[in-house]
Amino acid sequence: MSALTYETVARAAQQGGSVYFAVLFLGCLVYALWPRNREAFNRLARVPLEQEDDDVPA
Amino acid sequence: MQQSLVKEDGAPLDAVILLVFSCLGAFGALLATAYSADPLFRFHGYVFLFAFTLAAGVMTVGMSSGKFRGDPKSYQDSVIRAGVIATMFWGVVGMLVGVVIACQLSWPRIFYFPDYGFLNFGRLRPLHTSGVIFAFGGNALIATSFYVVQRTCRARLAGGLASWFVFWGYNLFIVLAATGYLLGVTQGQEYAEPEWVTDLWLTIVWVVYLLVFLGTLWRRKEPHIYVANWFYLAFIVTIALLHIVNNLAMPVGWLNHRSYSAFGGVQNALTQWWYGHNAVGFFLTAGFLAIMYYFVPKRAERPIYSYRLSIVHFWALIFIYIWAGPHHLHYTALPMWTQTLGATFSIMLWMPSWGGMINGLMTLSGAWDKLRTDPVMRMLVVSIAFYGMSTFEGPMMSIREVNALSHYTDWTIGHVHSGALGWVGFITFGAVYCMVPWLWKKDRLWSDRLVEWHFWIATTGILLYITAMWVSGIMEGLMWREYTPQGFLANSFVETVSAKHVENIVRAIGGLMYLSGALIMSYNLWRTIRMPSSSTQDSAAALPALAVAS
Repeated sequence: MSALTYETVARAAQQGGSVYFAVLFLGCLVYALWPRNREAFNRLARVPLEQEDDDVPA
Repeated sequence: MQQSLVKEDGAPLDAVILLVFSCLGAFGALLATAYSADPLFRFHGYVFLFAFTLAAGVMTVGMSSGKFRGDPKSYQDSVIRAGVIATMFWGVVGMLVGVVIACQLSWPRIFYFPDYGFLNFGRLRPLHTSGVIFAFGGNALIATSFYVVQRTCRARLAGGLASWFVFWGYNLFIVLAATGYLLGVTQGQEYAEPEWVTDLWLTIVWVVYLLVFLGTLWRRKEPHIYVANWFYLAFIVTIALLHIVNNLAMPVGWLNHRSYSAFGGVQNALTQWWYGHNAVGFFLTAGFLAIMYYFVPKRAERPIYSYRLSIVHFWALIFIYIWAGPHHLHYTALPMWTQTLGATFSIMLWMPSWGGMINGLMTLSGAWDKLRTDPVMRMLVVSIAFYGMSTFEGPMMSIREVNALSHYTDWTIGHVHSGALGWVGFITFGAVYCMVPWLWKKDRLWSDRLVEWHFWIATTGILLYITAMWVSGIMEGLMWREYTPQGFLANSFVETVSAKHVENIVRAIGGLMYLSGALIMSYNLWRTIRMPSSSTQDSAAALPALAVAS
């Protein structure tokens, strides 16, 4: 078991962290641009405009 | 139907819980106040005792009169109306204190009160910052989040009276914090000044706020969660995390107001600015972006320019912002690579920030004429422009070499105010101008002309403020680093202070103009609320009417 030194923690934060965030960001991009989501997103963009009656939740 | 009839007989569960909580709280406050020898702790004990006793009385009267049985088929709007009033009240108070301390810096002989220590700059300054950020901004965020989450989920707020507990509990937190600052109860950590008792109270309130918000999302009719709610949720969750970690502290005694942080030295500094910068990122940015993503499309009557961009905007913003804090600690004991990391992530923030700005502005595609005809729309759009400007300026200032000139100078103050007055203030004003006619069932605002006056006076005030601070900030930054040929510093500190006398006065005038705008707005809203609810014809002042988006 390697020792938990400053160097190992710093390296994990610097290298592992950047890879981790790049992968996460790519995942977000894929989700946002996934063709099957297009219809839902186009509908969601209009959500604030779709309230005819401001009093009734239903 | 049967169920609701049965419910009519007994008191609602949420009211019973709140009554028991108030009684226990009053009893606890009484004991703590009685046993404490610390006068500052006792003062806050009295505040708690008063608040809990009042709450218990209100709960008793309300339960016996059956007023707490809200109609489950309608939205919970009364707590939002209270939130709008609190927003405007604290906004005027916070801005007034800002003008007072600007006058203290401009005319110290007139506005320095040696006999009243609690009116010193050092006591009033946190009152101003917390007053505008947490009291004005916080009430605006709670009120708009309750409005938006109900409309976009098509569900009534969860938890019954819990939303009222959030409103009153949060405002009690503000009273505790504000009175504490004046009396000298402070941890001395910027934007995290309240001491441990007040911090614990805010934690309780914030957890209930999170539960109310999550409970309402749970009831939504739409499978997807609308993007504004993502921003609100990120704001609520992250503020809870920041608040708890940065305020980990050991009280001197259980009946003493003072505590000491769990962190020391550079660890304390890093935790504090991790907190401090994310208060900017998640309180003053994510929360108000949520306002943008609901009220701009609603007011423009146009869909969001790109919902996909808003998703990328959201995830990029929250993942990058959390790392930007170390740029507050350039040239300190913090390791150099951590400083560089903070600056790098700050520069990366340009992308999501400008993506969000473009998304907000382009939502007006096909409705640009509203900039000319609708002063509220103009206010919202100018706020997005200020968002773009201050999120360009901030990353630039986080570069170590630029920071060497700008840090500790008025440039930072100017930067903060272009964000706070321009972005946070204007988007809040715009949202409140939208909401008041909707919440009070009016066809329009009382006067559009007064909105025009508000807009132009406030915009001119912001420009005076930030240009004065750019000039004085760069000037004092250059004066601080000026050397004589012999290698001595050329200027004493007081020379750099007196050199910016004129800029200080311009700043005070700019702030006074911004406050005047808020007062005009308060008057306009008050007249709007007092207007008859029906059609527009019977209004006494027949100023150009504005058809409110249905």
